[in-house]
Amino acid sequence: MRTRRSDRTAAAGFLAPFVLLFAAFFVLPIGYAIYQSLLRVERSGPLGLGGSHTVFAGLSNYRAALTDSTFLDSIARVLLFAAVQVPVMIALATALALLLDAAAARGVRFFRTAYFLPYGVPGVIASILWGFLYVPGVSPIVDLLDSAGLTVNLLDSGSVLWAIANIVTWEFAGYNMLVIVAQLKAINSELYEAAQIDGANAWQVIRYVKLPLVRPAIVLTTVFTIIGTLQLFAEPLVLRPVSTAINTSYTPNLAAYTQAFANNNYSLASAQAVILAVAACVLSFGFLRLVGRKGDDR
Amino acid sequence: MTTLVEPHVQRPAGSPDPAGAARRHRRGPALRWRIVVVGLLTVFATYFLLPVYWLVVASTKSTDQLFGSFGLWFSEPRLLDNLRNVLTYDDGIYLRWVVNSVLYAGVGSVVATLIAAMAGYALAKYRFRGREALFNVILAGVLIPGTALALPLYLMVSKVGLANTYWAVLLPSVVSPFGVYLCRIYAATAVPDSLLESARIDGASERRIFATLALRLMTPALVTVFLFQFVGIWNNYFLPLVMLSDPSLYPITLGLTSWQSFAGRQPDLHQLTVGGALLSVLPLMVAIVVLQRFWRGGLTEGSVKA
Repeated sequence: MRTRRSDRTAAAGFLAPFVLLFAAFFVLPIGYAIYQSLLRVERSGPLGLGGSHTVFAGLSNYRAALTDSTFLDSIARVLLFAAVQVPVMIALATALALLLDAAAARGVRFFRTAYFLPYGVPGVIASILWGFLYVPGVSPIVDLLDSAGLTVNLLDSGSVLWAIANIVTWEFAGYNMLVIVAQLKAINSELYEAAQIDGANAWQVIRYVKLPLVRPAIVLTTVFTIIGTLQLFAEPLVLRPVSTAINTSYTPNLAAYTQAFANNNYSLASAQAVILAVAACVLSFGFLRLVGRKGDDR
Repeated sequence: MTTLVEPHVQRPAGSPDPAGAARRHRRGPALRWRIVVVGLLTVFATYFLLPVYWLVVASTKSTDQLFGSFGLWFSEPRLLDNLRNVLTYDDGIYLRWVVNSVLYAGVGSVVATLIAAMAGYALAKYRFRGREALFNVILAGVLIPGTALALPLYLMVSKVGLANTYWAVLLPSVVSPFGVYLCRIYAATAVPDSLLESARIDGASERRIFATLALRLMTPALVTVFLFQFVGIWNNYFLPLVMLSDPSLYPITLGLTSWQSFAGRQPDLHQLTVGGALLSVLPLMVAIVVLQRFWRGGLTEGSVKA
């Protein structure tokens, strides 16, 4: 490949549509959110009816967001959620992938499809479904537990976060499993033979051959799971009508949505969205650096 | 699978076979291990399929039976009546939502795939200043939470008067940074430079080379990008929720949640929600089963290099 003038022209032509749309729908909104978050609407006259105008507000929206205890609660809630959800999700996806890898060829297709199927169910529809499976009176699960003498409320304040975690796991474990399965398939079978000759048993092959080699897939799925869990929105919104434990700022995204569309406070909502995006970036890049450094040590 | 194929030597019947005895000895744990693996796989399959099974059963029930009978077994099935109600309620608004979803996901993912293919191809096959920097910016786009963009997008889109239109959902959906990433990685190996050079010597224009040669060689990656983008748009909720207020523009996800949220006042909507959910979930599940190998192939490309 050489750098030629015609190369540059052709490349520019091919790149132009994506770059323009990326700028308009990814870069610009970020800039606009930051700009909006630095403004404040001031109303004048009695009861604020004398009209309104926008003024520069500095970081006051950020201060307001970060001193609002309900918003801080929502952040703490998704962090707790992520601290449990991410390891459970990755462990389950890895276990499913290794199990499929260990099973004989027959039936594997069925199981793989069964696990991946929920990925085709939109998150809100999955939440509607599981919502029915949680509500006493409709849910066969609650019915069965009841007749076994266990009275549970899956939707009270102590349980509902984990009821949501179950929905998220159900939706995405199969997808993450597939990413790991793909990488397992790419492992050169000579490595297994070499391990076998060295007398490694099945566990040792998993521990010393498979897991290290699927590490990139596990890192990838972990990053996407972190980003996904912090964005938690649809599941609690859909469960809200059936659970009194979910308020309008249950997650940061829900809080921003409420600020924007119930309270018409776009500036505060923008500040909250920016805080969420920064948190997602910090956590995912932080995770990548952490595993990157560990990788160098090997 | 760690298949260790032992050389099988034919022995005359009756002769002592110490190796065979040892193998029989080892088969005990191997068989038990197999049973454990299949047992675990079955338990997980039950978990993943149970809600789908519940949905199928529930969609055959009347509203009364939905609340009054055991959830995992049929009771007075009336599936066709239920589905007719779903399709005719409110002048057939459900079908309108289906059309909208197909439009958003179909058009959005076709355009997104084409644009991503062009960009990925250019990043893989042309050398120009700033190439890696541009690629890194696009990669960073993969890590931006989509919901953080939706709110400012709404504010921007309403400034130009496009809020509550098809464009408001369609335009942001045609940008797929993940697609560009996948296309670049795939094109780098699947489209050989020598082939491009000989096409150039034959006098083909760059555009023609892309349209006839590169696109065909990149097809497996393109199918994967298309599928992921299609499912992504189909399943999206936050963007249409923020952008749309007119129910006739809703995709299925938004429509069904609107039914669900009114069900407290209008109990029949519970059954409509269930029936509507079944109808909307079926086509994508069929697609997942039929298109299995494409889901796998593309993901390998994405994860191996990550």
